[in-house]
Amino acid sequence: MSVLALEGVGHAYFGRFVLEQVRIEVRAGEVLALIGPSGSGKSTLLAIAAGLLDPLRGRVVRHYARQAMVFQEPRLMPWATVAENIAYPLRLAGVAAGERRARAALAARAAHLAPEDLARFPVELSGGMRQRVAIARALVGAPDFVFFDEPFTALDVGLRRAMQDMVIETAAGSGFSALFVTHDVQEAVRVAHRIAVLDAAGKGIAGERAVPGEPGLRSPREVFATALGFLEEDPLFRGVERAEERRVGWA
Amino acid sequence: MTRAGRAGAFLWSGWAGLAGLSLLGAAWQAGHEAYGHFILPAPVETLAAAIALAGSERFATVAGETAVRALTGFGIAAGIGAGLGIAAGYSFATLRAVRPLMTVLLGVPPIAWIVLALIWFGASGGTVVVTVVVAAAPIVFGAAAEGIATRDRGLDDMARVFGANAAQRFATLSLRALAAHLFPALAVALGTAIKVAVMAELLTSTGGIGGALASARAQLDVVQAIAWVLVAVALLLLLEYALLQPLRAELERWRRAAEPWGVRR
Repeated sequence: MSVLALEGVGHAYFGRFVLEQVRIEVRAGEVLALIGPSGSGKSTLLAIAAGLLDPLRGRVVRHYARQAMVFQEPRLMPWATVAENIAYPLRLAGVAAGERRARAALAARAAHLAPEDLARFPVELSGGMRQRVAIARALVGAPDFVFFDEPFTALDVGLRRAMQDMVIETAAGSGFSALFVTHDVQEAVRVAHRIAVLDAAGKGIAGERAVPGEPGLRSPREVFATALGFLEEDPLFRGVERAEERRVGWA
Repeated sequence: MTRAGRAGAFLWSGWAGLAGLSLLGAAWQAGHEAYGHFILPAPVETLAAAIALAGSERFATVAGETAVRALTGFGIAAGIGAGLGIAAGYSFATLRAVRPLMTVLLGVPPIAWIVLALIWFGASGGTVVVTVVVAAAPIVFGAAAEGIATRDRGLDDMARVFGANAAQRFATLSLRALAAHLFPALAVALGTAIKVAVMAELLTSTGGIGGALASARAQLDVVQAIAWVLVAVALLLLLEYALLQPLRAELERWRRAAEPWGVRR
């Protein structure tokens, strides 16, 4: 059964269509990676799926109770401490202060943050630590669905792997479903059950591929071989790691 | 840093302010020695006169009158300015409609408002309060509108994803963005309130520090005049550092964390 379904979604900015006829289904407990070249409308699609944008066409059907999101930038409140930032979703949900503190400390530990970091302000943290706080904030409310918008782009290779492992472990442990946007095929192969490739011009989903094995159980060699196979032999993946922005056409 | 530690560090930083004030005192003393007692009385003598004033029976009545009028005007100006500013920050149509009005209000000198208020309300405390409101509200309005309009929309989206409604986003995000712009404006508005209140009292002969200044001028008592000016400045410092700064320091602790070590000490 699908927990999130995008049915014929289309969107335009100032009369220019960036997305047309996009259909996606994410099943319960599944991590679906959405990849596509830069500028293909991945972040717009994610914003529509998360309810931040109303689609111009089509509809979004959600069958889950609690959602969370990890953005490309950490988006932390600069005036709040790490503990207050992590506990923010709980504060919105009306959870009592004592319980908020305890759950924020647990989420911080899961994100490999030290207890002494909880009293710090975001300006006192490195970029990687800030992103870990954002991940802890996303997971503290035990969400059923998590949106990831290229969350590890700004991190170095080692930290990126550690964060990917954390997402894989938490997804397996808590069973949340996720839509994971990235333009890195290797990252998609590591974290996802299935990969959907967005058409370079945003005209629907160009195709989907199931990733062999289970996230977390694939060896680095398997991840590398699968990603290389997709990039070199599968025409669906041609151009997905292209860096330049595409030009959008008039509607 | 704990609250007591922050208060201690703040008081310790007062030495630098004291050094600045000592420089002013030195320049004042030099002016006194160059131009004589009648033009510019000695700072020590003036300070003694101000201390004597503070100990006098009528001091509480005179200073209290000015403080109540300035604070009433400041409170009304802060309420109206912040309320309209928040509305304008959320609605650009309102901002475009109200901004020219505020520019007109800011452009008219307070002295003109005093004359108009005198005609409309007569020589009373109400005239002083109205003048203070008209002079201070546009300052608060501009800052409040700027604070809301320039808030981080990325944080708004983050809160919406986690299920925050409009009221929760205002309470948890927009108010903090507003505070960063509002507090410097409130400090300026408070200074304006005291200055305009004294000026209005002087011109309308409605008592207060302005009234005392008018009487010192009539008697050509320069020491008394400057002593009352010192009292007005002391009143402003007291209100700012007792009311605004503690609140600001509490809300903006994170900015201190961002300062380089050398700046903090």
